[in-house]
Amino acid sequence: MDKWQDNRAWFMVLPVFAIVAISAIIPLMTVVNYSVQDIFGPGQRVFVGTEWFKEVLTNSRLHDAFIRQLIFSTLVLVIEIPLGVLVALALPKRGWGVPVSLVLLALPLLIPWNVIGTIWIIFTRPDIGLFGAAINGLGISFDHTANPLDAWVTVMLMEVWHWTPLVVLLAYAGLRAIPEAYFQAARIDGASAWATFRYIQLPKMRGVLTIAVLLRFMDSFLIYAEPFVLTGGGPGNATTFLSIHLVKMAVGQFDLGPAAAFSLIYFLIVLLFSWLFYQALQNVGTGDKGGGR
Amino acid sequence: MTLEWMAWTTPTAIFFVCIALMLVGMTVWQVAMPSIERRGFLPIDTTRGDRLFIGLLGSAYIHLAWIGLTDLNLWIATGLSAVWMLVTMRWG
Repeated sequence: MDKWQDNRAWFMVLPVFAIVAISAIIPLMTVVNYSVQDIFGPGQRVFVGTEWFKEVLTNSRLHDAFIRQLIFSTLVLVIEIPLGVLVALALPKRGWGVPVSLVLLALPLLIPWNVIGTIWIIFTRPDIGLFGAAINGLGISFDHTANPLDAWVTVMLMEVWHWTPLVVLLAYAGLRAIPEAYFQAARIDGASAWATFRYIQLPKMRGVLTIAVLLRFMDSFLIYAEPFVLTGGGPGNATTFLSIHLVKMAVGQFDLGPAAAFSLIYFLIVLLFSWLFYQALQNVGTGDKGGGR
Repeated sequence: MTLEWMAWTTPTAIFFVCIALMLVGMTVWQVAMPSIERRGFLPIDTTRGDRLFIGLLGSAYIHLAWIGLTDLNLWIATGLSAVWMLVTMRWG
């Protein structure tokens, strides 16, 4: 296939390029400009070079927020991806159960993110919340506003409840796209359920799982609204993730320069991790340990 | 239309012009001589564009590490990045 036969199709991409330029590239350029200056107001700015980068990179509170963020995103992936695949495998394949389960699963995804936080505040309140009161009724002390561990458990529960359905829907779509002939062949060969999963279903889900891992990593790494509403980053700084720290810096303290420098570092981290995940998942199951497509 | 809101500075303008020139150059090069995926010292098959991306991302991290870990002149990091970029493009 010679992909350079007709290049006129590229003109079709121009509108998208214009939209991306206005919505992403120009704002990103502005952030780069802000990151090397001390901005006092319109027209009042001083060039400071890499000072903000130095300040941000050596800030211990930011290091703590980064470690917290890494732990959070790792837990999200470790819990949500296997759980999502398991639920997708357990879903009905035909009949009235299919639309019912899909609609029920999609419900958490339709709720605005700040409302999710509010729902969970009420749900986990130790005095009137169904979850909080029930746990306390069992004799286990639970208060996400005072205890850091309880705050983490609540944020993780909320995150898993909110986003595992996305993984389920993606995995289910991947599973339904596998031709029946593969399963017939597996049955003829007397393959066990595990072997069918390991050698047919899992490799066939590679594409959708790549998207699921990338989306869940990026979203969880950039998470803001839900924990901000639920815990406000507390108790103390226990659930202050990177974006909460960033917003405090940019909007709370109006430190636009350091916030811009931090945003760029944040962007580079997300870019690196996403690229690494993408490469790793592209190379899974190709029989080539080093790579290749 | 005034661009004052974008708060341009000469160094950042030079930076973006260099990136834009690189992208234009790579596009022209690709049209004149399409890149073929190959395997160098990097553990994956890469095209020229992939190697440019890896080179740029690596350069960004070299600069960040330099600023975060040392007090030495940043031009040394820029020099190191140029070497990393050349090595990645040629042997990556």
